[in-house]
Amino acid sequence: MVRLAAVCGVILLLVACAGDTHLTFLDPQGPIAHQQRWHFYWVLAVMAVLVAGPIFVLLPYWAWRYRYGNKSSTYKPNWDFSRLLEIMAWGGPIIIVAILGFFVWHDSHKLDPYKPIVSKQAPLRVEVIGYDWKWLFIYPDQGIASIGTLAMPVGRPVSLHITSATVMQSLFIPALGSQIYAMGGMVSQLNLEASKPGKSLGENTMYNGNGFHQQKFTALAMSPADFKAWVIKVGATGIVLDAQTLKLIARRSTRSDLIAALPKATSMRGNVYFTGVGKTLFPAVVKATMDGTKTLPNTVFASASAATTPAKRNSGAVTEPSQ
Amino acid sequence: MSIVADSGGPFLGRLSLHSLPFWDMLQHPTMSNIINGIIATGAASLVVIGALVVIALLTKYKLWRPLWSDWVTSTDHKKIGIMYIVIALVMLTRALIEAVLMRAQQAVGLHGGFLSPDHFAQLFSTHGTIMIFFMAMPFLTGVINYVMPMQIGARDVSFPVLNSISLGLTAAGAALVMVSLVIGKFSTGGWFGYPPYTEATFSPGVGPDYWIWALSLAGLASTLTGINFAVTIYKERAPGMKLMRMPLFTWTALCTAILMIFAMPPLTVATSQLALDRYLGFHYFTNALGGNMMNFANLFWLFGHPEVYILILPAFGVYSEVIATFSGKALFGYRSLVMATMAIAILSFTVWLHHFFTMGQNANINAVFGIASMLIGIPTGVKIYDWMLTMFRGRVRFTTPMVYSIGFILLFVLGGMSGILLANPTIDYQVHNTVFLVAHFHNVAVPGVLFGMLTAYHFWFPKAFGFRLNERWGIISALCWIFGFMGAFFPLYALGIMGLPRRTVAYAQARYVPLEWVAFLGALLLLAALLALLWQLWISIRDRDANRVFVGDPWDGRSLEWSNSAPPPEYNFAVIPSVQGRDAFTMAKENHSAYERPDTYKDIELPKNSAMGLVIAALGFALAFGLVWHIWWLVIAALLAVIASMIVRGFARDTTRLVSAQEVRREHHRWIDAVAAATAVSRANECKTVNVGLAQHQANGVVP
Ligand code: HEM
Ligand SMILES: [Cu+2]
Repeated sequence: MVRLAAVCGVILLLVACAGDTHLTFLDPQGPIAHQQRWHFYWVLAVMAVLVAGPIFVLLPYWAWRYRYGNKSSTYKPNWDFSRLLEIMAWGGPIIIVAILGFFVWHDSHKLDPYKPIVSKQAPLRVEVIGYDWKWLFIYPDQGIASIGTLAMPVGRPVSLHITSATVMQSLFIPALGSQIYAMGGMVSQLNLEASKPGKSLGENTMYNGNGFHQQKFTALAMSPADFKAWVIKVGATGIVLDAQTLKLIARRSTRSDLIAALPKATSMRGNVYFTGVGKTLFPAVVKATMDGTKTLPNTVFASASAATTPAKRNSGAVTEPSQ
Repeated sequence: MSIVADSGGPFLGRLSLHSLPFWDMLQHPTMSNIINGIIATGAASLVVIGALVVIALLTKYKLWRPLWSDWVTSTDHKKIGIMYIVIALVMLTRALIEAVLMRAQQAVGLHGGFLSPDHFAQLFSTHGTIMIFFMAMPFLTGVINYVMPMQIGARDVSFPVLNSISLGLTAAGAALVMVSLVIGKFSTGGWFGYPPYTEATFSPGVGPDYWIWALSLAGLASTLTGINFAVTIYKERAPGMKLMRMPLFTWTALCTAILMIFAMPPLTVATSQLALDRYLGFHYFTNALGGNMMNFANLFWLFGHPEVYILILPAFGVYSEVIATFSGKALFGYRSLVMATMAIAILSFTVWLHHFFTMGQNANINAVFGIASMLIGIPTGVKIYDWMLTMFRGRVRFTTPMVYSIGFILLFVLGGMSGILLANPTIDYQVHNTVFLVAHFHNVAVPGVLFGMLTAYHFWFPKAFGFRLNERWGIISALCWIFGFMGAFFPLYALGIMGLPRRTVAYAQARYVPLEWVAFLGALLLLAALLALLWQLWISIRDRDANRVFVGDPWDGRSLEWSNSAPPPEYNFAVIPSVQGRDAFTMAKENHSAYERPDTYKDIELPKNSAMGLVIAALGFALAFGLVWHIWWLVIAALLAVIASMIVRGFARDTTRLVSAQEVRREHHRWIDAVAAATAVSRANECKTVNVGLAQHQANGVVP
């Protein structure tokens, strides 16, 4: 118990003096992580009081009281059954599990990552492709894409559709909410929302080779106005995502290797931005991975001209039907 | 030269100079290549030098013959058990050193460190694979082998030669993992080797093949062992040993055996399918052409979850025996404990999905499996309460096994709690695949499985070798394990909550550094614990004559394995005991029917030695090695030889030998004379040299 408290203390301490990147759901930046924290503390508290408490008190006490050297305590070498104690031994855990089971059922549904977040605003759609060892975030409704930063407006749900162009990966932004696997030829979903501006750690948690530990990104929550500006900036400065560029992205390399390999390295503080990203790119990558074909049809790459008029495509609220 | 360096041609398959650990370093002497090359070469040299030293010692002391006739060809379950445990200890040493290396790397892992990512990945993959398949499994198989037949009053297991073959297959698998240090590289896909990462497209080298065939050998060995144990418990019990009179350890052995029989096939299927993908271009788990890795995840964990109960149940059995014995009291709630064990065994097949809550299935499925996982907490809780109630109103002696047991209960409760946290899909979404998970499974694997096996080692060592282990160093080692564990793994809970993924070679968050250092120091303490354990063994062997317990009952034991001499005769019992109730030996001591001289003795039939185990081990190794390196002639030759050897064995008729009644009588009387000459000791003196293995009688309510 003391130890447990100490561990929790250490956690809190470290979280309290956290740097500028939010690392953990104990320092939540959105409603999902917030509820997860609550659930975590609740389960921990129930168990600390009902499970660990009695055992950590009784076991040392009994071991000491009934130690060999203590001749004054009761000794009943053949006493091996008591109906009452047996009922308690089974009943206690059953009650605890029943309480916790209720929470599991309730919260699994409430916090199902596939469940759209209820909001007045339509969700921002983002399509995520996991490459070795970088994530490509496509904003299909804005015609832009980014490697290194997942930008999102505060207060508006984000609906992520996720796939992998290589091996299994797992997309995770602890301070915002759940993680979900990215698998080749399949699309998984994750719904998140940021409630305050700030940077959160984003990562892949499923080992996928040498650059695994460098497959990080920043989840950047900003005010709606800033987000608008960001979209325009990306549209204006991004490079065109053509077949050649996508080939470079698909190579097994880290983000910094990619930046070094790009002919016109338009990297903004370690990020790479793209314009002219068509809506059909994501489904095409899913299908190509499923079919095992290396090249995508040319039609999925929007013409370069689209890239020059990003402002038209930017969005505060999406007008297209989403999903 | 260049041909040799690139490929071995038809004769050597994929073998070439590139397969040697120092080749890269010589070809491309960059700083990182040199450091990693030196570590890898050092490890390889340790393996080679270790083997050479063993060979030299065997030759010097002329031990080849006894090694052959007393050990490797032996079909005695006790010898086989001991050999299993030797394998486990060797592999434990390797895997622990690897763990310390990983902790050292992570301690300095802010933006770099000294290990290359590839090297680090091999370390966690071999560490995990070894700890599960070549440390924990052989250890528990060895302990069950040694103890269970004696607990049920049998002379041996049902199929002694099969037992030896299982040992051989396990050894071959372990050897394959060891050889991967010297020739080629091991997998980097972790202990569960998820495709498509482990498919040929992404991991073209020999690594995953080493992993696949090592697991196949180990898995086959465990299946055979499971069958052997289950049949033994069903068929070989002494008269009167009803199921509900069996010691709890035997019950857990039975449950584990059943789990082995049912859980291993999914693993074998999954790894075989992966092998078909890799070798013949099938598409079971590829991204393309209809493959789907989710099938692998399902099959693997359909094995994987029961597997963790295969590991933990025997440990529960050990703790049950130890806590009752050292509390001087009957096990509390025997019936409940049996039911709880069975419940765990069955439930363990219903929860595998909790290993991939994050794969995208819907909330109903996750919730059902989350609740099912929590249900296992119920019987586990019952066990903990029953152990505590066993101590309640007892006379608890804080010997080494008891220190482990108390450390186990307290730490295991924490591990169970973090398990319940993980069983909440909602929370799992946050800590899955982080080092929080690593902390959780080590929190059950180390205090549960590893401590359990070390407890068994301390508890039954005097029985197996006839002398007690040094108590002082036992306690020192136990405390180092306990505190080392806390230091090494509690920080990982916090780090996991701070978002550190498992299998991370380096990181960019300075905030991780202090906790990483604590974990590293904890790991060093664990290494010290292992050294203390080896030191204890050394000085115990040195002082063995002072600590003999030939009479055989150093701890005032309760079950039949304490009712014979230490070490026991090859046939275990001069006369098969007839069992009157639970705690058979305690009853015998109370009725003064222990240590009797029977009127008549009979000839005893024992299985003859057999070289089958060794033959299958060698051929199994050759087959696997050939498969790994694509040396097809070796594969075909080994396969044919396996079939041939089994046919030849099928014609063997003269497979048993007799120990004559006179010899049994002579040995038995020698022992009974020693019993008669011995002074019984009180429990206060059980760790002193006066303890020759005869316990003072415990009269009702009065402690001896
Ligand atoms: C005794 C001290 C031990 C230490 C210091 C230790 C340390 C470690 C470390 C550092 C890792 C890598 C964690 C990561 O991925 O970030 C690891 C992984 C692992 N360990 Fe241990 N370990 C110990 C004992 C055990 C035992 C007893 C078992 C099992 C019976 C075990 C099974 C595993 C497994 C299965 C993995 C996962 C490998 C993978 O990622 O595929 N370890 N351990
Ligand atoms: Cu499990």
